[in-house]
Amino acid sequence: MHINGTEIVETFAEAFAMWGTRVLITAETADWARAAAQSMTGFATSIIGCKCEAGIEAELPGPETPDGRPGVSVLLFSTSAEGLGKRLVERVGQCVMTCPTTACYSGLPAEETVIVGGQLRYFGDKYQISKLLAGRRLWRVPVMDGEFLVDDRFGIQPAVGGGNILILSRDQLAGLRAAEAAVAAMRGTPGAILPFPGGVVRSGSKPKSRYKFLFASTNDAYCPTLRSVTPETQVMAEAGCVLEIVIDGLDLAAVETAMRRGIHAAAGAGALQISAGNYGGGLGQYRIELYPLLEGAEAGV
Amino acid sequence: MSLDLTLYNTPAVPLEADVLTPARLAGLSVLETAKLTVVHGNQAAELGEFFRVAGTAGGEVRLTGDLSRVKLIGAGMADGRIVVQGSAGMHLGAGMTGGEIVVEGDAGDWVGPEMTGGRIVIKGSAGHMVGSAYRGSPVGVRGGEIVVFGNAGNEIGSGMRRGLIAIGGDCGDFAGVNLLAGTIVVLGHLGWRPGAGMHRGTIVSMHPAEMLPTFTLACTYRPVFLRLYLAHLRRLGLPIDDGQMRGAYQRWCGDAIELKRGEVLLLLA
Repeated sequence: MHINGTEIVETFAEAFAMWGTRVLITAETADWARAAAQSMTGFATSIIGCKCEAGIEAELPGPETPDGRPGVSVLLFSTSAEGLGKRLVERVGQCVMTCPTTACYSGLPAEETVIVGGQLRYFGDKYQISKLLAGRRLWRVPVMDGEFLVDDRFGIQPAVGGGNILILSRDQLAGLRAAEAAVAAMRGTPGAILPFPGGVVRSGSKPKSRYKFLFASTNDAYCPTLRSVTPETQVMAEAGCVLEIVIDGLDLAAVETAMRRGIHAAAGAGALQISAGNYGGGLGQYRIELYPLLEGAEAGV
Repeated sequence: MSLDLTLYNTPAVPLEADVLTPARLAGLSVLETAKLTVVHGNQAAELGEFFRVAGTAGGEVRLTGDLSRVKLIGAGMADGRIVVQGSAGMHLGAGMTGGEIVVEGDAGDWVGPEMTGGRIVIKGSAGHMVGSAYRGSPVGVRGGEIVVFGNAGNEIGSGMRRGLIAIGGDCGDFAGVNLLAGTIVVLGHLGWRPGAGMHRGTIVSMHPAEMLPTFTLACTYRPVFLRLYLAHLRRLGLPIDDGQMRGAYQRWCGDAIELKRGEVLLLLA
């Protein structure tokens, strides 16, 4: 298959079952809400080294937030419900509660919940105040600029992590152009985030290593410098750069939508070839085949 | 589908009609409904002596007429809906645990005493003791919401432990007296001695108030949590303006004769 002259490899992205949540951060200004969101989503690129993956889903105008102030929605993913709860407490506590004027709300109505505000309330040293409004418990924690308002519980749900596309380009500049176009098209997909810097990762990994102490190492099959060295190489002769875009989503449809948008955008931006990363299908719970994903779909859908 | 009861014989003395709940009326024929026992003064009587009954109970009961002498409407109800097209008497929704009561007119004293859930909406004004504890009872409302669009009398939310009481107009004296927790929002003026004896909880007013000497001013700030409450009340139809949503409030802490963990928030003009 070719799109705008870019070859689409007949392969699949291998994605994994995760747990996800949506966090709504508000503040007096959009800048401060964004500051908290950027802090909260920092060092959350890969579950391998960060214990969670996170990203900004959208910026929200006041009318769309619980308290009417400007806000940002953040998606956070981890491999277990328990782990997700721990990461939420850590990151809301250290990155949102610390940020001036912010409040933090659960943005996911879900049957499963984890306690967040109910843990952070202890910071209030018995001066915290509980409020119960229409079945929703909130905590008011006194802080030096007033109060930090946070939901007692945050909804969580099964999610999908590790959806991906690989963009093979002639050189780094061409690769960046294609990847940036893809990221621009993928961002804003409801329920999906791109956890890596700028949405792009250049150090794709394989789940094994020749070192006993390491369980993941460089994806040599896609390293252009190793094309003549590694027998597993997937790098075409004309390609000098491979960039990957990883997608986490609250459900499979969100990941698929983002992938579809990204492939069309990258193809239009001059990528030589677009592929997807997988481990033979033996690790992940989801296989996202590129051809069925693209067949019959309009660009941008 | 609703069950319609129209008052055609205004009682000369109070009529205690705690049978007027959706659950109690569910599945009854018109005749069976009319034969339900009520108490007229100190005499047992039949509901049909006062109300004309029509329709079928389908979770909603509609009461029409001046029911200001009909007590205990919706007392103990757990679900369903009651609409009073007129005024309602004392002890409306007493001890209710769920469901909704809407009164298009006024309500008497003791609206929703010791309720634990559900919602009562009074489109007119209400009497004294809205959402209060009964005399001698240490704890009042434990949950639910009472919204009065007009004014309310004295001692609203007395002894309340949890829940929300909102008054669109003014309220009388001793609002939130002995409040244990929960939230009282008064868009109009507070009467004398708001929050007297309160342990915890929140009393909000959009006007200045004379505070007891056992309350101290902590600061003036913009409480974010209040925006959620006011947005909720705006959705219920109360006229909340943007100045109230975004405004700065004085935070008075008290009552110092108790825990001093309560707060009275007064909007700055």
